[in-house]
Amino acid sequence: MPSRTPALGLAQIGLLRRLCSAVAPSGGEGPVRDIVLAELKGRADDTRVDALGNVLVTAAGRGPKRLRVMLDAHMDEVGFMIVADDSDGIYQFRNIGGIDSRNLPGKQIVVGKDNTPGVIGAKPIHLSKSQELKQPIGTDKLRVDLGPGGKAKVGDRGTFSANFRRSGPSLMSKALDNRLGVATLIELIKAAPFRVDLLAAFTVQEEIGLRGARVAANYFLPDLAIIIDATPARDLPMQREGENTTYNSRLGFGPAIYLSHPAAIDDPRLVQFLVRTAEREKIPFQFRQPGGGSNDAGAVRRAATGVPVVSVSVPHRYTHSAMSVSRIEDWANTMKLLHAALSSMPSDILRRQIDLQA
Amino acid sequence: MRLIEEKWTPLVDEVSRSPLGSLHGLKRGRGKGKRSSIMIATHMDAIGLIVTTVVDGLLKVDQVGGVDPRILPGTPVLVHGKRDLEGVVVMPPAFTLPEAEREQAISLGHLLVDVGLPPARTAQLVRVGDLVSFDTRPVELAGETISGHSLDNRASVGALTVCLEALQHRSHVWDVWAVATVQEEVTFAGGATSAFALHPDLAIVIDVTFAKGPAADGWETFGLGKGPTLGWGPNLHPFLYRRLEELAKALEIPVSMDPSTDSSGTEASAVQLAREGIPTMLIGIPLRYMHTAVEVIAIKDMQRAGRLLAEFIFGLDADFAATVTWEERDAV
Repeated sequence: MPSRTPALGLAQIGLLRRLCSAVAPSGGEGPVRDIVLAELKGRADDTRVDALGNVLVTAAGRGPKRLRVMLDAHMDEVGFMIVADDSDGIYQFRNIGGIDSRNLPGKQIVVGKDNTPGVIGAKPIHLSKSQELKQPIGTDKLRVDLGPGGKAKVGDRGTFSANFRRSGPSLMSKALDNRLGVATLIELIKAAPFRVDLLAAFTVQEEIGLRGARVAANYFLPDLAIIIDATPARDLPMQREGENTTYNSRLGFGPAIYLSHPAAIDDPRLVQFLVRTAEREKIPFQFRQPGGGSNDAGAVRRAATGVPVVSVSVPHRYTHSAMSVSRIEDWANTMKLLHAALSSMPSDILRRQIDLQA
Repeated sequence: MRLIEEKWTPLVDEVSRSPLGSLHGLKRGRGKGKRSSIMIATHMDAIGLIVTTVVDGLLKVDQVGGVDPRILPGTPVLVHGKRDLEGVVVMPPAFTLPEAEREQAISLGHLLVDVGLPPARTAQLVRVGDLVSFDTRPVELAGETISGHSLDNRASVGALTVCLEALQHRSHVWDVWAVATVQEEVTFAGGATSAFALHPDLAIVIDVTFAKGPAADGWETFGLGKGPTLGWGPNLHPFLYRRLEELAKALEIPVSMDPSTDSSGTEASAVQLAREGIPTMLIGIPLRYMHTAVEVIAIKDMQRAGRLLAEFIFGLDADFAATVTWEERDAV
């Protein structure tokens, strides 16, 4: 006590690879849930799966007057559902969660319980008129192709095929949003106990409206909550006039601490505590630019009589596409910051006056 | 190229390379004296991308061959820089783009390739002009089909390999040039120059053609797994068309006519015009989603094309070349 910061080595990257490769669009989180349950078997004081499929884990802390701190990481990812059978292995589908349909043509996908492989194709360029080439192909025009005779059922879920790769300092994969958060939370539970009671919620249905987090918060009724997610890094060069001042977050600048977004205002006491912790431990961090986009904080803060929240996210580029990109060091620093925070969080953190000028 | 050379070397009598890099494999016939020869040409190049600018560690690219930019975002690629770098083609955030493209299809000039490296490192490893190839792993789909990048035209290289394997078991009179050509997707340079160099009496080109599938079901498309196609039109020799059609019927190999009103759009176009003109035929393998990273072919179609070719070669006697005359009525 306090425990050592979880290392970020091959074992952790291997865990992230397994989590990213699992197929778990909203409402079908089973494959990620199975990994979470297996990883945490015998590691916590209480583990349960609730009515919606959230995994709720309690790891009691050590010491007096412990805060009840909820850590939230959503398990689900964007994907699609089969909605009609066009016969002979061709199927219509609709998106699950916010996918820009421009990310879909020409992609390898998997569908159903057995991860049946297929593709979403596109009309050959040779047969497309020049006017057509300027228009995005809507989801209603696209089809899942499992090959002649390939079988899926209406209602089956699917998503992009597993494509995890490590390229130098970066990780590339589908579903980094939010398997980065899931892997982080698993490692934090393994590092318990802390000075607080750790109430870990691996939630469902974030991508379709923060739905799992709401009931998870109602179950735990925590004193405060920390949301661990992957936040978009839009730090790409401008291809028109002007400077990129709305990058949201940037790769390589450390964990992104939220200040406010449309679904939540982060509690200033918690923000300040995280900042001071990062400064003390010399952990790089960045503020996630206030503005669009939301996460489970939106549901958790309104649960019961209200829960002070703060969000900490790993930046990733190309959100909700077939392949996102994150930096390993940003993930490692996110883990470090959260570990340091849980190890040093004072029990009176919510009673302290804070100096907003500090 | 190296993979094809390894596979073909034990199947042919000699292997050489053309000045442009096409692979020529010669399998000698058993005919006496000066033997006739047939060239079977399959292009081995594939469409891809080429780096045009390195900006803030990200790469701008242009196409090599015809690429619909709409299929690119999220596609894994290899950037062939100082070493091969794994990367991905990405759709930049809307606000970084000109107004006109935010909600529309994004033009190739605005897509980027991310290799996951800090800007300084990218600049060290990648130069303007480096080639970028698709890096999806091939996957087997239902109905004995396979999906992956570059099946246009590796499926045809496969069919030619099936043919060469069949030629091991029976003797044939003619010399057979198995050719894997370069640069079909840009200029047909490989097909044109190999036809000149080898000066065959006949040539057959194997390339992919459009398979029926979602958003593609017009007259120019053919059932996936329903057999190869035989090209018909001014680019292709009617006598050879008829011969192959009859042979397919005798062998119970299903085939369809793939008609074109002018040049076929394959390297058969260049091969036909080599030297004083070469009687040329085209065999097509139906393929879905041409020029994407998820092309699909039926393995059976590839095998059928290979078998049809081998049987055609077995049927060539010493005097065949002299009987080949352009008579349109033969094939109608």
